Order: sequence, then C-alpha cells, then structure tokens
Amino acid sequence: MNAIVAPAAGSGRREVIFHASGVTRVYRMGEVTIQALRGVDLEVYAGELVVMLGASGSGKSTLLNIMGGLDTATAGEVRYRDQDLAQASERVLTTFRRDHVGFVFQFYNLIASLTARENVAIVTDIARDPMPPEEALALVGLEDRMDHFPSQLSGGEQQRVAIARAIAKQPAVLLCDEPTGALDSQTGIRVLEVLAHINERLNTTVAIITHNAVIGEMADRVIHLRDGRVDSIVENPQRADPATLRW
Amino acid sequence: MRTLHLKVLRDLARLRGQAAAIALVIASGVLTLVFSVMGHDALSLTQERFYAERHFADVFAEVNRAPRRIADPLREIPGVAEVEPRVRAPARLELDGFDDPIRGQVLSLPDGRQPALNQLHLREGRLPERARSDEVVVSDGFAEAHGLVAGDALRLIIGGRLVEVRVSGIALSPEFIYQVSPGHLMPDYERYAILWMNESALAAAYGMEGAFNSLSVSLQRDADREAVIDALDAALARYGGTGAHGRDELFSHEFVTLEIQQLGMMAVVVPAIFLLVSAFLLHVVMGRIIRGQRDQIAILKAFGYGNLAIAWHYVLLTALIVLAGSIAGIALGAWTAFALVDLYMEYFRFPELSFRLQGWLVLLALGVAMVAALLGTLQAVWQAVRMQPAEAMRPPAPERFGRGWLEGSALMRGLGQSSRIILRNLARHRLKSLASVIGIGLSGGLLLIGAYQLQAVSHMIDQQYRMTLQMDVDVAFTDPVPPRVAGELRHEPGVLAVETWRSAPVRLHAGARSERIGLLGMDPEPRLRRLPSAQVGETGLPTAGVVLTDYLADQLGLEAGDALEIEFLEGRRRTVTTQLAGVVDEPMGTGAYIRRDALHRLKGEGPAVTGTWLLVDSEYEEALYDSLFDRPEVASVERVREAEANVREYMEETVLVFAAVFVLLAGSIAFAVTYNNARIAYAERERELATLEVLGYSRAQVSWVLLGEIALVSLAAIPVAWASGTGFAWLLNQALTLEFVRLPFVITPQLYGFAALGIIMASTLSGLLILRRLRGLDRVQALKAAE
Repeated sequence: MNAIVAPAAGSGRREVIFHASGVTRVYRMGEVTIQALRGVDLEVYAGELVVMLGASGSGKSTLLNIMGGLDTATAGEVRYRDQDLAQASERVLTTFRRDHVGFVFQFYNLIASLTARENVAIVTDIARDPMPPEEALALVGLEDRMDHFPSQLSGGEQQRVAIARAIAKQPAVLLCDEPTGALDSQTGIRVLEVLAHINERLNTTVAIITHNAVIGEMADRVIHLRDGRVDSIVENPQRADPATLRW
Repeated sequence: MRTLHLKVLRDLARLRGQAAAIALVIASGVLTLVFSVMGHDALSLTQERFYAERHFADVFAEVNRAPRRIADPLREIPGVAEVEPRVRAPARLELDGFDDPIRGQVLSLPDGRQPALNQLHLREGRLPERARSDEVVVSDGFAEAHGLVAGDALRLIIGGRLVEVRVSGIALSPEFIYQVSPGHLMPDYERYAILWMNESALAAAYGMEGAFNSLSVSLQRDADREAVIDALDAALARYGGTGAHGRDELFSHEFVTLEIQQLGMMAVVVPAIFLLVSAFLLHVVMGRIIRGQRDQIAILKAFGYGNLAIAWHYVLLTALIVLAGSIAGIALGAWTAFALVDLYMEYFRFPELSFRLQGWLVLLALGVAMVAALLGTLQAVWQAVRMQPAEAMRPPAPERFGRGWLEGSALMRGLGQSSRIILRNLARHRLKSLASVIGIGLSGGLLLIGAYQLQAVSHMIDQQYRMTLQMDVDVAFTDPVPPRVAGELRHEPGVLAVETWRSAPVRLHAGARSERIGLLGMDPEPRLRRLPSAQVGETGLPTAGVVLTDYLADQLGLEAGDALEIEFLEGRRRTVTTQLAGVVDEPMGTGAYIRRDALHRLKGEGPAVTGTWLLVDSEYEEALYDSLFDRPEVASVERVREAEANVREYMEETVLVFAAVFVLLAGSIAFAVTYNNARIAYAERERELATLEVLGYSRAQVSWVLLGEIALVSLAAIPVAWASGTGFAWLLNQALTLEFVRLPFVITPQLYGFAALGIIMASTLSGLLILRRLRGLDRVQALKAAE
C-alpha cells in the first residue's frame, strides 16, 4: 500500500532501533476529531540520520511524539529496540524518555528562568550517564555563552542550547521537531551542522522532521509523510554536508 | 534535582509580584489568627496568674456591721477554705493642687501585713507599718494620674472625720483590675481611688472597732459554691447582709472576664472568616498560576521527570510562598497582639503581662495556609501532569465558544468586537470567572465587616448616650434620702430639670435562673432617661410589673407577661412576685426598671430616693459641681458627656483597633486578589492582545479587552461582597453579644458603599498596574512565543 523503496544493500545487517507498524492516532481538537496517523509502518536504524518530510498536517509531529514517548498511539505497534511503547504505562514512558531520548523543539522550549548551563543541567541532574553541561554546550559551540539566560540569546543560540540539553544525557536517539522552523536559513544551517556533527561524533540516531525538502539532502534516508501515512522512503547514496544546503 | 530547586527560586523571583500578593493574603489570614488568639490568650493568662498569685477570693459578702467574732465560725462552713473579714469605708480625698472632689473607698489590711485573700501587689513602697494609723497604700491608677509617690501627703474624710495620711506604697489588687466607681462604666483615675490602711486605724476612723462590714471567702477545690453562698447568707442576714455572691458578680472581674470572652469569640469568628476567605483565594490563585505553567510541566515531562518530581517542584514553590506569608503573618500578628494587649493595660491594672506564642498556634496557622495553598497547587499540577506531554505542548485547541443566549441578545449586537471578546471570554470560562467574582466578593465582604465594627460601635454609643441618657448629670446619694432632699437640688445654680430615682439591690428569680441587679425605680414617664422599646414606647413605664433589658430577659428566659420573683437584698428583705411588663432594647449594660411608687409598694417602705438626674445649663456647670460635691449626702456625680467621651475612647482604643486592623488587612486582600486576577488574565490573553494589536487595533481598544474584563468581574463581585459581608457581620454580631455590650446589627448604605468603593479602588489600582505592563507588551515576541 505504501510505495516503499527497498533499503540499500547491506541494510539488513543494520540494527532496528524503532519499529512501528499499523500506527494510528486520533485526537480531538476542540470540537473536531483529527485522524493524525492512519496506519504508519516504519523502521529507524541505529546511528542513522533520517529526515521526515511532510506538509503541515501530514502527521509527522504526531509520529515523532509517539516515537519519543510523548504521546501514545491509538492503535498499532510501536517498539524501541525490544521495548513495547504502545502498551507502556506512564511510568515506563517517563523512564524511557529520561534514559534514551533527547528532544529538540521548534520553539526551543527553554526554561526562561534558567541560564543556558542550567537548562542543560536540568536534564543531566536526572540522567544516568550524562556528559557535563559544559561539554554539551561546547559541542554546540556555546562555551562562551553558558551563563546567559534564554532572553539574552539569539534564536539560533537558543536552539543550540536546546540541542545541547538534548544530547547532554548521551541519548541513543535525538528527535528534532522542526529544529530550524523558527530560524533564518543561515542560523538554521548552523543548527543542522551541529545535528550532523552529533550524529557522526556520538553515533546518535537523529530523526529530524521538517517541511523543508532541502534538509532531506543531509539525511541517510528521507521519509515522506502524507495524510497520516508513509508515502515513500528515499535513501540518499551520499549525505550532503549541511553547509552546502541552500533555501 | 538541584537545577529544579534553582528553578523554584528563579520562578519565585519572576513571579514576585504575584507571589508577594499571595503571601499578603496568607499573612493577613495568619495575622488575624495569631493576633486574636494571642491577644485573648495573653489577657486570660495574665488574669489567671494574677488571681492565683494574689489569692483572689471566690466569694464576697457585704454587711452593715457584724462582730468580728462571728467570722471564725464561718470557716467551718463546708467548702470554705479561708475567710477574711475586713472594713470597707467610702471616703472623700483631698489632694493639694487638684480642685475636683475625689471619691474613693478605703479597705482594711490586717495591721502591718498582707491579708490572706486579695493580696496586694506592691508596685512601689511598702505596706503601712504595724503601729501606724497615718499610712495608706493607694491604687496605682490613681497614683499614676496624680503622680503620687511614697511619702506624699493626702487628706481623707472617712465617716465625716478628717484623717491626714501619707502614701506608704502603691499597689494593684486582683479585686480592682478594672477600677471604676460604683455605677460607672469607665474608670476615672483622677477622681476615684482605692486605698488600703491598717484595720485598727480604719475601724477607729469609721466606727467599726471589733466589727467588719465586708467579707472575702475562698473555696476549697470541688466546693459547692451555691451552698456556701446560702450558708453565708443565713449567717449574715441579721447583720444586714446584702447577699453573698461569687466573684463573677464583682464588677472588675465581670468586666475583665467579659472582655476576655469577647476577645475569645472574636478569636474564633474573625480568623475563621479570614482564613476561609484566604484559603479560597489561595486555592483559586495558586491553581491559575500553575495552569499558566502547563508548557513547562510538559517540557519537564518530556525530559523524563516523573509526576512526583514535578508535583514536588510546585509544592516547594507554593510552600516557600506560604512560609514567607506565614512567618510575616505570625510576626506581625504577635506584634499587633502585643500592641492590643498593651492598650488593654491602660484600662486593666495588671502587674505584668504574660505573653506567649504557643506552638500549636504556629502549627495551626501554617497548617491551614499550607493545606489551602497546596490543594490549589496540587489540583492544578495533577491536571497538568495527567496530560500527554505532547498534548500539553500543543497550543491549546481553540476553545469551544457557542452561540448561547447571550449571542442573540440585543446587548451583544450593540457591542463592538472587543466588548464581545470580553463577554465571550467571561461566558466561556464561567467557572473561572465565577471563582474570581466570589474571590473578590469575599475580600469585599471582609472590608464590610471591618467597617461594620467601626460603625456599629459608634451607633451603639449614640443610641446609649444620645437617645437613652438625656440627662447631663447623674447624682447618686450615699444613702436613701427623702424626696425633698432631691427637690432641693432644683434650686442649685443652672439646674433646669430634676428627675429622681430609687435604686434597690435585688436578686431576680425566674425558675432556676437568677440575676443580681439594681432595680431602678423611676418616674412614670421618665424624660431624662428614656426606655427605648416598642412595648414601652414613649408612654412611659407600666403601672405594675418591671421592665428589663431584652438581653437580661433572655438570660432569665422570660417573655413579657411572665411571672418574676424579686428578692430585695436590703431593708425588710422581702421576696415578692410580680410580672415582666415589657422589655427594652438597650445595647449597653443591663437594667431592670419599675415605677418608683410601685417599687416602694413592693419593698414595703415609704418614698425615698437614691439619686437624681439633672438637666443643666452648661454656663453654670462648674458652680453646680462645686456645690454638689459639698453636699454630704452626695456619693458621686457623673457628667454624662464625659462618660460618653470615656466610653468612646475605650471603644476606639480596643474594638476599633481590631476593626482598623481588619479593614487594613481586608483592603490588602482585596488588592492582592484583584491584582492576581488581573495579572493572570493578562498572561492568559497576552497572545490574543498582541494579535489584536497587529491587526490594527489601537492600544486603547486592546487595553479595553483586558480592563473591561477586570472591570466587569469587579462589578459582579460587589453584590457578592454585600451578601458575604452582611453574613460575616451577622456572625460577628452573634459572637459579640455579651452582657455589657451588644453591638446593634445595623448595615447601612454607607457600609455597602464602603465595600463597593474598596473593590473599585483595588481593581483600579490593579488595572493601572496591568496597563503599565500592557504598554511594555512586545507584540512580536508575544506572537512568536509558543503557547
């Protein structure tokens, strides 16, 4: 039913980190019922950088939220490695998020009352094996702005703090929801460079959702979503350097 | 977790305006509790300790003259622990440099030593030496009023004999904590003194050698007080006993105890009202603040913080605010309580003040505030954490606005867009709006009771002194005199009218209940002393039967027409049965009234008067007083206007301190609530307001969306304030109905106006503060920020 392009040779050896099949999600927004996902089948491999592309309302954010344990599926199967996320309790999901997933949001969602360093520390405080907040901030190039409050940072800097916050606990997966959505292209590219760098350097699985097709060029695979379904999956033979992207 | 704690502190700094407002509400609630409970506790503890230390007697009896030898056998009465016979003599005093006449009573002390009962607390000097007949101890109020010290000279006139004495000491007595001359309500330390001298000296001066005319008795634990009183009455009747009575009928004890009781009632009712209101407000406000942090809660959840950790975070935030408010409330409460009790010390002569802050009170204050605030917090946190984090982070769905009854109305059609937004917002958030209306209304209700107290006291004094007591001067005689003596007063300078009265000590019996009181025999239609009553009206006293203050009739369980037994405690000591002819509505004191001729008939005696009321030409006042004081039969002269001023001063200094504290606190609460309400409304609408501005609405129009909502909510709160305030005032009124003072339950339009004005002022101030914030609104930032 979905036009799925077969993965490149050798992908069979790759470890599946996320497995989703027949995932649906229905929710109510005010007085309307929204069918956000209508049966998604998908696998994400360890260490890869995937970009999920789709128009507004295609269900990409919902899918990301379900993968990250921020939301639960109405029906279907969702697994992280051997862990069932579809049937997981609130408690299990909380632990899952704490131990395995880093989030980056479109609007950064920094805590305004905490400095950059403290915004990272709020995660490292509860993580199992975190890197020091300073190291995480250095990784995103913000070693000089650690004691600034969000209101004293530019949008790009704020997003990099959010990335530092997400990677500081050394998660297996980094889920990014429109990380460049609120940024100009130059700043956006700087943020993408950081994400690519994290992916290569720490071997973190990175999933980026965006409606900007250009960003797909930097991915190992591009997953197209449309109307709550996976429309196609395209594998890039060669990942582009984010620095070369233009939009 | 450390960083989360840091966030608590940073959030507190960010929310400082709102946090301070909430802390103010808490502090106000806690302050009233600590203030009233501590004030009450300090007074009752001080009284208790003073009584115990100075062996305050349990039973008192007065006789005309009884031989000393009968005192010892009285110790054998079962239940009696100690008996102290003594001499009590009325006296006049003369003091160099003070022209007004001074009245006093002199009590005997066993020569050179403390009595077994009612011992003196010497503030200065010593007791009279054993062999000296020219030394006295004076009451400290009198000494203070005249700057007397040990060694100063005084002239006493006792039983017509002049005695020159010197002050050996200045003392307080548990018998005279509240020192007023008989028949008076307020102390006049300049013109009334209590003195103590050696028994041999006083007996010699007053012709009481080998005799006594006053008896103090202490009881054994578990003694039957009534049986002892009956036994004493039987033993003393033939010596002219006017009836033994417990300390509860001693004016000083009665007055102080009732004041303490009144404080005790206030200590329950007022803090209960304040704490309930504060608790409600805390619940509402904390809940709304937490709901405003919905997105932050979602982020913390996304990072993997558990529900407990998040709840704990907000509990900590709330607890810090509650703690700050409570500590401020406890400290300020203790401080104001101290100030209040200090005020009472001017009227109540206690040696030292026992003041303590009890642990249970601190725990109660903290506990109530904490529970109220945490309920609001946890309810809101629970709502927030129950959501999927993804859902909490999404902008809330456009709220469901329906086309209700409001939509079709002419009102809605006639309004502009921004006014429609206001009405729809209020209608949509009915519960939230209702909570705001009730919250602000309750704070307005608190304002109303504060003002009610102020007004009720003033109204009560007006009623007593302007409506009831029409005389200028109240003259009491030492002994009953023939009516012609009173008639002579008509010829005194400046006297315009004279009305005589006869007071007789009686005990009123109605079934098992009884009450000691002075039965006042008056003219059939007294003009100088009105009896305000529907039954008695302006027509005067009924030809037969007695009229009682309604409070006294209630105490005796009597209604008009019921039979009533009068036991006279003097003269032939008859006991007669008559009926309750009617009741009068008097707010101060209690009274029993009868026509003078009827009194004489019941008593079985010829016409006699014990006092007169005078209407006086103010021009001759001074000459009149001099002349009155020179008459030997005159025991006391009370200027009614002066008495009124004294009562007003006392009320202003005690009750009104309470009231003023409450008005201040209620005002702060009203402001804190309206400010928080406005502040939260602003936070909730920030994005909407920015959108309107971007769409081309003017600042004024945008401001109207916010201010209009605040104004509407405040206006809607005014009737709630009136209703709740009236209810609170009624509760307080019920609690404060005591023997000396019964506040009238009068709610005037001014009170309603005051409450409404308070709310409007608080809202205006809050509105102005929000307007300032609105001016600083960064449109772009507000629109960019995720909800």
